[in-house]
Order: sequence, then structure tokens, then C-alpha cells
Amino acid sequence: MSVDKTAHDIALHMGDNCLILAQRISEWCGRAPVLEEDIALANIGLDLIGQTTNWYEISGQLSEPKKSPDKLAFHRDERDFKNFLLVEYPNTDYAVTLMKQFLFDTWHLLAVRQLILHSNERVVSVAQKSIKEITYHQNRSTDLVLRLGDGSEESHEKMQLALVKLWRYTGELTERNLWNHEDSSGASTLSESYSSTIDSVLRRATLDMPEKAGMVYGGTKGKHTEHFSFLLAEMQHLPRRYPDAKW
Amino acid sequence: MIEMELQQEFSEKQIWDWLSHVPDPEIPVISVVELGIIRDVEVDNNKVCVKITPTYSGCPATAVIALDIETALLNHGVEKLEIEQNLSPAWTTDWINEAGRKKLLEYGIAPPSTGVSCAGALAIPSGQPISCPQCRSNNTECVSAFGSTPCKAAYRCRSCLEPFDYFKPI
Repeated sequence: MSVDKTAHDIALHMGDNCLILAQRISEWCGRAPVLEEDIALANIGLDLIGQTTNWYEISGQLSEPKKSPDKLAFHRDERDFKNFLLVEYPNTDYAVTLMKQFLFDTWHLLAVRQLILHSNERVVSVAQKSIKEITYHQNRSTDLVLRLGDGSEESHEKMQLALVKLWRYTGELTERNLWNHEDSSGASTLSESYSSTIDSVLRRATLDMPEKAGMVYGGTKGKHTEHFSFLLAEMQHLPRRYPDAKW
Repeated sequence: MIEMELQQEFSEKQIWDWLSHVPDPEIPVISVVELGIIRDVEVDNNKVCVKITPTYSGCPATAVIALDIETALLNHGVEKLEIEQNLSPAWTTDWINEAGRKKLLEYGIAPPSTGVSCAGALAIPSGQPISCPQCRSNNTECVSAFGSTPCKAAYRCRSCLEPFDYFKPI
């Protein structure tokens, strides 16, 4: 049973991260600075929503009583969501959107690389399905951080400011993870790989790594930032107002 | 005699043949069989089970494809049908067959490079030339890895200056 509980928690955490970031990305639909970026964001959001469904299929079936992916997405309260604070951070400007995506994609790729070795075969199958999509996401966001960080004076400044704004939410990504109870080396491996990847990209992008101090935690325990309830209200109000509606 | 004929079992080959006429809803020049998303067909006592796998996790065509398969087989008289969605092994563009690749090219979509995928990893090829489906020039450039559908990247030909879709390898 403990294996199931672990698989449930992993799937819910993965699904919540994918869904909340996808919701943020969808806010750009039709409004991104250039057409190619608008399309890229829509596609990435779509991948993430598909991955959410796959993860929620697992956690929903391991819930008591069983829940559908829609039920998990639209009929839970703020405290029930276990996503990182990073993904709920508002878009504010495009530099923040890109930097947030890069900081998340890098973690996401490392996370599914560990999950393809998990003992639960359904977790493995969703991780294997996702990993190829995430490789494309991470390629794009890394490329843009490099180009804009090491770009014009203005783009450099905006990317540096975005990094400073988001940095305190990154501690949570490597604090611990849900799938290495048996083997505590998992979290440190992920944490080390994350730091070294971020460090190397930021260096090449001529961006300064902010100080490690002042990290904020809470998302994985359901304690969210003030932005989160507004996001949920927008995402959930229709299915909550009309719970029987079908399309 | 007539009764025996009516109860004759559908053959798996027959089902595959019917499926090979079901077009992909997004790229209707190729069939779901050529796309490599039909993983298995089983017939047991006239009950047909078709196993399919999605291309991308969020591909909106997945539900339409299942419905199109159901409709096609019902029209051929299959009454007991089960469609099973399998995530594993994850779909790869390496499963698009030769006939499918040829049709993509003729339709104006550059077919995907092969040999990029193994279980749980993806090696995005770099430096491999992508030929323009219009003029066959290798002098092309990637505009964006994300195109008009999840499975396509946006490319541009530097020779004939036409934009084109590249079915990106996954």
C-alpha cells in the first residue's frame, strides 16, 4: 500500500506542476510578443495539459474514492494542490515567463529522468512518454535564456531582473523529492545536476547567479502564494459554477 | 451455409486493411496505420480489440482518432469493438512507415529523421540537413521547433524561400 501512496503523491505533484504552469502559459495565448512564440507556448501548454491528464489518471485511480482527472483539476481547493510556488508565479513580463520556463523545464527533465527508473510501472510509462516532449521544452527555454541573457543590453537587464525575482522559489525544486524514500541519494543527485545545469547556462548567458539566501518554501505542502487563489478562481469557476455541464 | 458465412470470423489482416483507410484527422494524407499508432489488433470470437497509442501526450487528435476507428469498423460490420489506449511503449516517429514518409513529403511536410529515439530518452539530431519538400534543397533553417501542431516544427527554405512544416522526430 505504501508503494501506491508514493505513486499517488508523485503523480499528483507532477500533475499539479504541469497543470498550473500550463494554465499560466495559456494566459499568453494570442498575446505573445511574436507569432512563433505564441505558437510555441500554446504547444508547450498542450503537452503539459496532456501530461497532467496522464498523471491525474494515476493519482485519481489511487484515490479513495476514485477521481477523474477533471475532478482533480477543477474541484479541489488551494491547499490540496502540491505544485511548486515557481509555476504559479504570474507571467508579469516575457522575461519572467521565459526564465520561469527554463527554471522549471530543467527540473522537469531531471525529475522524469529519475522517474523512468521508478518501481511503479504506470509512473514509468508516463515519465517515458513525457521525457521526449520535455526535452524539446528544455531545449527551447535554454536557447532563449542564452540568446536574451547574452543579447542586447536591454534583454540582458530584463533577464537578470527576472532571475532575481524568481530565484527564491527555486529552493523548493531540489529541497527533497517524493520518490527517493528508499534511496536518499536521489534528491542530492537531482539537486547537484540541477545546480550544475543552471549554473552553466546562466554563466554562458552572462547572467549573475543570485545569492542562495531567502528561499521560500510551501507549495509542495499546499501552502501557496497570494497569486494562487486568483489563478484557481479563473481556471475553476466555470466547472464549479456548472458542475454538471458537458461539452 | 448462409449462417456459417455470417458467423465467419473477421481476420486480423482484414481489420488492419480497413484501418489502413482511416486517415489521420490532422494530416489526412496518411493513415493511422502509416502513422504507427496502431500497436496491435486482436480478434477473438468476432470481438475486435484495437490497441492504439497517442502521438503527443496532449494531442487533441487522439480522441478523434479513436472515434474515427470506431466509426470505420462499425461501418464494416464490426459490432463488438474495444479500443485500448496504451502509453507504453511511448510512440516514436521511427514508427512512421516508408509509405507514410513518402506521402508526407508529397504533401509538403518534411518527414522526420530516424534513429533519434530509444525508451525514455530523445537525442535531438543536430546538423542533419532537412530537405525542403518543395525544391529538395538542403539549405534550410529552423524557424521554431514548435509549429502548427504539436508534432511539427516550422522551417524555412533558403533556396526557394518557401516556409514548410517538418515532422519533428520524437
